[in-house]
Amino acid sequence: MKFGVVVFPGSNCDHDTLFILQKVLCQEATFLWHKDHDLGRVGCVILPGGFSYGDYLRAGAIAKFSPLIEEVREFAERGGLVLGICNGFQILLELGLLPGAMLRNKNLKFLCQHVHVRVENARTAFTHRARPGQLLRIPIAHFDGNYYAPAETLHRLEASNQVVLRYVDENGEATEPANVNGSASNIAGLINAKGNVLGMMPHPERASEAVLGSRDGRLIFESIILWR
Amino acid sequence: MIDPKILADHNITIEEYKRIIRLIGREPNLTELGIFSLMWSEHCSYKSSKAHLRKLPTKAENVIQGPGENAGVIDIGDGLAVVFKIESHNHPSFIEPFQGAATGVGGILRDIFTMGARPIAILDSLRFGPLEKSRNRAITEGVVAGISSYGNSIGVPTVGGEVYFQERYSKNPLVNVLCLGMAQTNKIFFAKAEGAGNPVLYVGSKTGRDGIHGATMASAEFGEETEQKRPNVQVGDPFKEKLLLEACLEVMDKNLIIGIQDMGAAGLTCSASEMAARSGTGIAIDLDLVPQREEGMTPYEIMLSESQERMLIVAKKENVAEVQRIFAKWDLDAVKIGEVTRGGKLQVTSRGQVVVDLPVEAIVNLCPSYRRPARKPATLKSLQALKLPPLPSDLEKVFLQVLSSPTIADKEWVYRQYDHMVQINTVLLPGADATVLRIKGKKKGLAVVVDGNSLYTYLDPRTGGRIAVAEACRNLACVGARPIGVTNCLNFGNPEKADVMWQFKEVIEGIAEACRAFSIPVTGGNVSFYNDTEGVSVCPTPVLGVVGLVEDISQMVSPGFKSEGDIVVLLGETKEELGGSEYLRSVFNLERGKPPAIDLEKEKRVHEMCLEAISLGLIRSAHDISEGGLAVCAAESCFLSPARIGCVLDLEGSLRADALLFGETQSRILVSLPSSNLASFLALAKENRVEAAPVGKCGGRRFVIRCAGREVINLPVETCWRTWKEAIPRLLSLPQD
Repeated sequence: MKFGVVVFPGSNCDHDTLFILQKVLCQEATFLWHKDHDLGRVGCVILPGGFSYGDYLRAGAIAKFSPLIEEVREFAERGGLVLGICNGFQILLELGLLPGAMLRNKNLKFLCQHVHVRVENARTAFTHRARPGQLLRIPIAHFDGNYYAPAETLHRLEASNQVVLRYVDENGEATEPANVNGSASNIAGLINAKGNVLGMMPHPERASEAVLGSRDGRLIFESIILWR
Repeated sequence: MIDPKILADHNITIEEYKRIIRLIGREPNLTELGIFSLMWSEHCSYKSSKAHLRKLPTKAENVIQGPGENAGVIDIGDGLAVVFKIESHNHPSFIEPFQGAATGVGGILRDIFTMGARPIAILDSLRFGPLEKSRNRAITEGVVAGISSYGNSIGVPTVGGEVYFQERYSKNPLVNVLCLGMAQTNKIFFAKAEGAGNPVLYVGSKTGRDGIHGATMASAEFGEETEQKRPNVQVGDPFKEKLLLEACLEVMDKNLIIGIQDMGAAGLTCSASEMAARSGTGIAIDLDLVPQREEGMTPYEIMLSESQERMLIVAKKENVAEVQRIFAKWDLDAVKIGEVTRGGKLQVTSRGQVVVDLPVEAIVNLCPSYRRPARKPATLKSLQALKLPPLPSDLEKVFLQVLSSPTIADKEWVYRQYDHMVQINTVLLPGADATVLRIKGKKKGLAVVVDGNSLYTYLDPRTGGRIAVAEACRNLACVGARPIGVTNCLNFGNPEKADVMWQFKEVIEGIAEACRAFSIPVTGGNVSFYNDTEGVSVCPTPVLGVVGLVEDISQMVSPGFKSEGDIVVLLGETKEELGGSEYLRSVFNLERGKPPAIDLEKEKRVHEMCLEAISLGLIRSAHDISEGGLAVCAAESCFLSPARIGCVLDLEGSLRADALLFGETQSRILVSLPSSNLASFLALAKENRVEAAPVGKCGGRRFVIRCAGREVINLPVETCWRTWKEAIPRLLSLPQD
């Protein structure tokens, strides 16, 4: 599996993601420049964290118009695997590849901390290496991670198992205090109906080495690598 | 046409003006006067501090670049170097907290990447007035949000720092930001303008009218009219800076340029003249070519603008097209605005007219250096006199009061707003004695800390200066790092006041003594004078940024207790030293007495002992005893343990119980270790001539301290933790006053 990590101006987790893929997981991985029109035959596109185009408007709102995004959209429509992490998730929402939108965190502050998320659906391309209900300890770092969708959308997402990760406490309970950013239904990660596009707010690349205090994030990348 | 009023507006004295005329052989025009006013401002010229700064030790084998460049550079082996510097943005942060602090981050980042280093960490040292006042809360919220917004966006982790609260910072908060970068030793760039005929390129944002006279503003006291200075504060654009950072590092990596300097304080004027002065050349600039954001800007405004996110580059002639291609890739302009010349002059033209024609030497190096009068403040003696209040009957209550003092309390509210993990190097997170960063692919790591207790320096500047260095190095020793270089930010009042000058001189001498004792070079820093509002000076506040090297990060130690049953050992001895303590300040509102004494030789032995114990794998936790004394130190070790385990301590000695609990005697570290290592540890301590006394055990859910056999504190850890954890958020949620 070859990975492509998209570099928008203002992406800042691009190097981290590439490092984990290449040096820790020994995968073939390359940067994809936002001005290009070529995905270079990758099997999985990652939209990394950061502040694409400064995010002075809504997070991800400008990235949606970047040249390479058209290719990413087509790639996703053909069934290619797309993982959006943090700002990448916000971009996927702006693109309409995933439903809903992000609001400012409920305390109106940027939040950088370790959180626990529970794997709600362990049958996806991005989570099949995890046990159903497994707790992952992964950091978040965002200002706009308060997921919002209308009630009927939420209902549909739940009914079709599209909620993949949920904020929980250390005992695995989806409590109010554990929902640090205020997301609807404690949603931390969502997949599209077809199952090939995942958006998640936590940063798995920040939890893929023991020296960083957690290796739980590797499960996400390993799932992709071992998918079919 | 230059009259006394214009001179006063430019903060130039009559004597200085006469000197300018003598140096250039004529009267300057208004633009030229503006240039002198910036470059001869205290902020740029260090005219009051130079004579004293020379006392700091700056040489060592590992120093690649000492003071005088954009940042200091230290060799860390394997072809790698660390590039670091600390700078203040105090005045702008008072006027406009969010943008003032944000641009402070932007400025120091440019100082680092202009040397060819990728910034890998930001730390900040903040001083605010008490949070009980809503104005101070607004400043605190604004500054933290500003730092967070800039650092998070550009993707450099803000990994640590310190925050103190004290009345004197109410109208003059301090915002000091340290940036640490990493470079390859063979790809370090300097602010040089070599080779007559080489093109001078302007890169980054367009020039606007923002920030005109920022450096002059930072060189005068504030009065009632401060509000009017808001337009002098620049507005930051971290996105633009991120592009600038990537583009600059790319042209440097490809070795396409000769020299580069950030346009920070004093903008185009400072970068052009300093680059030329360093190389003994001149620079000719055509202002018509300078990218401008606003119409109708005068030469005066263009030369003095402090618009952010701009750099000046001297490129190799044949590489201009390639440099421009790389900047265009990052959607940035790289415009040729002039060239390097012979003859040592700064020549500026606008619409075909020569508007500036000045010798760079006069602008940069011939500013007068002042030996300003220094006099010990008459009030100091009475300040140092201390009659201790009687021992409080309820020490438990007092303990909780100390824990909830915002200076002591948990700072998570602050650092949770900073992305402290991006770049995935942060292996010891904020909240520990020092932050530790791994170096990818290497066994070793870096530790970094900022520190400075201004109550000590207020009560005894020299001792305070020594302690600032000693404590920062002790913080490093606690995580297993040896100090390799120092940068300092010296925040003082008006240097024209003899009291302030005396404090300054004493602090510098104290810092110099301590740096010599620990054999660490000072590689640069920043002096911020005129931290006075309405005639009141801040406490003399030196902030020391110290970078350390951890030989093997797998051996790194953190401050939290680790296991039930581990023995707690106190390194060093406790004396009756309550002067200048956070205990007296927070409980009795007493800011007096003599700060704790410090014996630098002994301090060094304690560090060596701690480092040796860590490298032998004897200890499981180490935490420096500082503000709040042993009681607070032990409590923090409980709070920072993964399961928040408790401890039971027995403190012996004939001292007053409050001195045992809260005294801030220096050269002490609290460690924990498995009982099987106790004998070897004590033997090692003896060998190192350091006192070491087992004082108790980790374990349980309660925090218990007995003084000379009498139980004085016995509380659930959870109660103590909540008090410590919730203090700052609680103060910040007070209603508007």
